[in-house]
Amino acid sequence: MILSIPILAVSLTAVFWTLAGLLAMFTALSVVVLSLTWLERKVLGRLQRRLGPTRTGPMGLMQPIADAVKLLLKEDIVPSSSEKAIFWLAPVLVVIPAFMIWVTIPASHDAVLQNLDLGLFYITAIAVVGILGLVLAGWGSANKYGTLGGLRAAAQLISYEIPIIMVVIAVAMLAQTLNLRDIVDQQDPYPYALVQPLGLLIFFIAGLAEVGRTPFDIYFAESEIVGGPFVEYSGAHWSVFFLAEYINTFAIAALTVLLFLGGWSGPLLSGNWVVIWFLVKVYAVILVVFWIRGTFPRLRIDQLMGFAWKVMVPMSFLTIVITAVYQFYLWPPWSLTLMSSAGLVVVAYVIYRRMVGPANLVADVRARQHAQAQERALQAKANDPARGAAANAE
Amino acid sequence: MSWFLFILLSFLTLGGGLGVVLTRNVVHAALFLLVSLVAVAGLYLILLAEFLALVQVLIYGGAIIIVLLFAIMLTRSADYPRISDNRQWPLAGIAALGLLGVLSAAFLTRPVEETQLHSPAFAGLGNSLFTRWAIPFEVASLVLLVALIGAIIIARSNEEER
Repeated sequence: MILSIPILAVSLTAVFWTLAGLLAMFTALSVVVLSLTWLERKVLGRLQRRLGPTRTGPMGLMQPIADAVKLLLKEDIVPSSSEKAIFWLAPVLVVIPAFMIWVTIPASHDAVLQNLDLGLFYITAIAVVGILGLVLAGWGSANKYGTLGGLRAAAQLISYEIPIIMVVIAVAMLAQTLNLRDIVDQQDPYPYALVQPLGLLIFFIAGLAEVGRTPFDIYFAESEIVGGPFVEYSGAHWSVFFLAEYINTFAIAALTVLLFLGGWSGPLLSGNWVVIWFLVKVYAVILVVFWIRGTFPRLRIDQLMGFAWKVMVPMSFLTIVITAVYQFYLWPPWSLTLMSSAGLVVVAYVIYRRMVGPANLVADVRARQHAQAQERALQAKANDPARGAAANAE
Repeated sequence: MSWFLFILLSFLTLGGGLGVVLTRNVVHAALFLLVSLVAVAGLYLILLAEFLALVQVLIYGGAIIIVLLFAIMLTRSADYPRISDNRQWPLAGIAALGLLGVLSAAFLTRPVEETQLHSPAFAGLGNSLFTRWAIPFEVASLVLLVALIGAIIIARSNEEER
């Protein structure tokens, strides 16, 4: 039993090692966040045919550090009409769960702070508490946009929590465990991405929504609600939200890798060097996240909720049902792949329709305008001789 | 050690509960409720019921408090964050005292048996939930469904009146 509490019953050295482990985790995550901010600016720059940061350090590598210093030196403004206690509490409530879930995310077989038997469930449960921080941040800053953003955050994050949990259940059914290390070990011949591609897609999309990445950045959409819950935050407080967002993005990418892409397993490397495979895969997923940010427009709030409840939730239930059928009747693995791919096609078709919908609408309107113009021209032609005749009669 | 933790968590639970009742601000009350519920999750952890503790955090600490805050923010309570005295407080007091009476009577007449701490395996929990306790489980979900549909009907009928 790993979660059992008698912490102080253990010796001082164990306490020391736990603290050292926590410190290592914080350091590693901070470095990751710095690397992610740099990577995001560079990748977005490239996608938009810009160079991204170039001035600070070689290839702009010192840019994140400059940013961090700037953020910390900025004046920290607390609006006078805000609820002070809640205003202070909200960033803490967002960032603590973000760090807490990393306690049980393994980077390799041994590189994990505390491998929990219920690890996957622990992550799901703790991550929900972070939503609370966003809602409170919105309410506490006593700002219309903040409150709107908080409401949007609550609606969006709770809606997309359901497909995530359902897909996690499907993965747990396949692996017969909630222990992340065992789940990776179970994916020995084929990663679950091949067995359950629909699950991968749903998890990834809902994960994007859960960390509020574009196209799901509704709750702090700058052009609509000018930053939502973060609108009144500045300086160090704002950077805490920023930190939490990047750590959560990295966590979603890491979970995608652990649950569907075979975790740290890969050829050539062995021992603790497999961490490199894990990092390579996670950063590959992160690049896809940035790529999506660079290419997709933001959804509207009604499209977002409609997509959650009309596509993601039914499809995640389908994931569970086909996994259960497959497990119960002991069908061969390819049958699950087949069923899952069929579901994948449905989701892909829906997204495709949504994407081309506006373009089709424009084409439709253009065609109708064109037809009307032609009709008017024909009528004018038909009227012209008559008018000419009338003129002649006079 | 676990005794010390028990005292601490009990204080948090009770203090949070008192805070819910005594504070005049609705959002603060919701936060005190969060403290209380998470402390209960801690109590479950002391009892080695880690699954129950996580469920408590997920459902009560996360989802229910968020929905509560959502409802508070959607009603116009942001403009009137202070609660005035509730006229139903004598009724609530009677109900609370009655519950206290029933519970203390139960504890006094039937002494709590000393049981060994043991952590049920997660798989075993699921197994018994879906075999031996399947019918209570289904009844509970049915009750939740009824509540959901009832909420929709109440919300809709209000809309039509306007």
